[in-house]
Amino acid sequence: MSAREPLPGLRTEDHGLLRFLTCGSVDDGKSSLIGRLLYDSKSILADALATIERTSRKRGLEAVDLSLLTDGLQAEREQGITIDVAYRYFSTGARKYIIADAPGHEQYTRNMVTAASTADLAIILVDARKGVLTQTRRHSYIAHLVGIPHLVVAINKMDLVGYSREVFEQIRRSYLEFAASLDIRDVRFIPLSAINGDMVVERGENLAWYEGQTLLELLETAPAAHSEAVEKFRFPVQYVCRPRTAEHHDFRGYMGRVESGEIAVGDAVQILPSGRTTRVRDIRLLDQSLPQAGSERSVTLLLEDEVDISRGDMIVKADEPPRSAKQIEAMVCWLAEGPLEAGRKLVVRHTTRETRALVAAIEYRQDINELKRVSGGRLAMNDIGSVTFKLAQPLFVDPYRENRATGAFILIDEATNDTIGAGMIV
Amino acid sequence: MDAHLSAVAPTAALDHLDWLEAEAIHILREVAGQCANPVLLFSGGKDSICLLRLAEKAFRPGRFPFPLLHVDTGHNYPEVTAFRDKRAAELGERLIVRSVEDSMRRGTVVLKSPGESRNKHQTVTLLEAIAEFGFDACIGGARRDEEKARAKERVFSFRDDFGQWDPKNQRPELWSLYNARIHPGENIRAFPISNWTELDVWQYIAREGLDLPSIYFAHTRPVVRRNGALVPVTPLTPPRSGERIEEVSVRFRTVGDITCTAPVDSVAATVEQIIFETAETTITERGATRLDDQTSEASMEQRKKEGYF
Repeated sequence: MSAREPLPGLRTEDHGLLRFLTCGSVDDGKSSLIGRLLYDSKSILADALATIERTSRKRGLEAVDLSLLTDGLQAEREQGITIDVAYRYFSTGARKYIIADAPGHEQYTRNMVTAASTADLAIILVDARKGVLTQTRRHSYIAHLVGIPHLVVAINKMDLVGYSREVFEQIRRSYLEFAASLDIRDVRFIPLSAINGDMVVERGENLAWYEGQTLLELLETAPAAHSEAVEKFRFPVQYVCRPRTAEHHDFRGYMGRVESGEIAVGDAVQILPSGRTTRVRDIRLLDQSLPQAGSERSVTLLLEDEVDISRGDMIVKADEPPRSAKQIEAMVCWLAEGPLEAGRKLVVRHTTRETRALVAAIEYRQDINELKRVSGGRLAMNDIGSVTFKLAQPLFVDPYRENRATGAFILIDEATNDTIGAGMIV
Repeated sequence: MDAHLSAVAPTAALDHLDWLEAEAIHILREVAGQCANPVLLFSGGKDSICLLRLAEKAFRPGRFPFPLLHVDTGHNYPEVTAFRDKRAAELGERLIVRSVEDSMRRGTVVLKSPGESRNKHQTVTLLEAIAEFGFDACIGGARRDEEKARAKERVFSFRDDFGQWDPKNQRPELWSLYNARIHPGENIRAFPISNWTELDVWQYIAREGLDLPSIYFAHTRPVVRRNGALVPVTPLTPPRSGERIEEVSVRFRTVGDITCTAPVDSVAATVEQIIFETAETTITERGATRLDDQTSEASMEQRKKEGYF
């Protein structure tokens, strides 16, 4: 017992939670890599393993195919492909991980954008035999566009290139060359073999020349915060609590999540859109009163003055308001079957606010394979482009680069209610 | 460097349970903010017990902006239904119980054999309750780590007017911008603890000091061993001929329909001991204890397509 690692869940230190994205196709060994992470971190349980052993045998495979662990839907199993984003979980005891597993094919750009939208780190898989491909550039562009601060280029299948340091260095150089053009800053490179387990969780014995961290070591130490900059306080109001009971007769609580920044009791705040100012009297979480609340905390704010506030309003610090916009320019990823064209009316959902919007212009479409701009026209499904919207009601926005929560929005079709687009405000 | 560190400190200070809790509260408040007539599915099981705690954190000192609904198969352990009623009363919230047996009397549920699992039949009763009360959203305690079809389900999962889930045609879900817009008759299923694992649930129960039905803890119970699972001996699940009844110390990891919920060998008498066993365990929760999910690799996906939670 004493020689064993402490059990997950029993350790006292807690380094929180890291959400990361894996991008690549089945051919890059992505499913094997995830399978290996889960397997070597002892996150695969006996019956799940028995199921994939059965399936491996049924398919006539000699070894257990760890990639089967990430098979999800019936249609995917039948076709041997990944259709949709799947979420996986594992914990090392020190940290909990949420993996968003996005399919790699070009036509699934929308899935990658979806998976990237909540990730703090992206693992981009490169096949050591093939080097930096169009797909690698596409994945890197999207990860960067969606604002993932940390990229890890996992150069996989090192076993098939004789664990060659030269191959690794060459891929590294050519990646850095193109990354410079995208202004990607934090990028790390790891040579590995997911099949053999080298440099995933264990170091293995085949890559002695590599002195950097294993993939898991890197994940364990990567900053979990989405942004390392000091962000402005943004608190979109989700719900107003007015119990009107004898005990809480005058209670007015403004409920929401601190989307960014920090708020403390006594801080001067401004309410948008009214522009009224007051101060924070208390910050509640059930029966606790908190002196302050930081990013990603869901709390209830009590204010010093009686102000008329409802869902969709935003509470910000009095001296750092966001921009009030009736027209926005954004990079849009189009998610729907039919194309997006200028003149279309739709609904924009931004923070807890919704407004109708008109597509005023589509300036250009980004060719995500060649990383070129193609001017004008329309956006087809999976296209990404620059779009200008006119809004029926003002929104309170920050540039997406500065603030993911107040820079992002989704587009909704008024007739079908489907989510048809994702936007990032420029 | 110091200034840089202090800038990230507030976020870094959130431990994983704080983060999961804050996300779940945010989801519950989005349901309340976007939906006109939601309901929270409460079975007396550990996941929905966590949901109630999260709802307290989301809405107190106000009342919950939704009632609680239990779809009772009539095959529940009495400890669990008693706990269900007690918990709802303590919270002072309205509990609606709709029973599969009523659906059987109406003829909308027809059993193939009298002793069969009523788990899948809950779907009919749930859809009837949704129609009866006009619920536009059901909040459930499902988790993505339970089963592979769930790994791809959205936090806000759209169901058409037949209650069907179409896995290939789900609404994209980006950032934490949830889209609960529906037409009359359609329905949203919202899953605030999607990102939790079984271990997270137990850790949260321990941290918050939540009460649970007694059958979650080790107790001695007559069982038989069948296909690698322990099958409790009850009037609904009598031993088959040739099976030997043993008195074994067991606990339940899930508390669904008696006919398809099996206990596991355990001596864990406290939440801490359960956490220890859970962290150490080698069998996934549904694999060990849900006799109905073993039928086919895709059985959960099939039931969800038909309108199951």
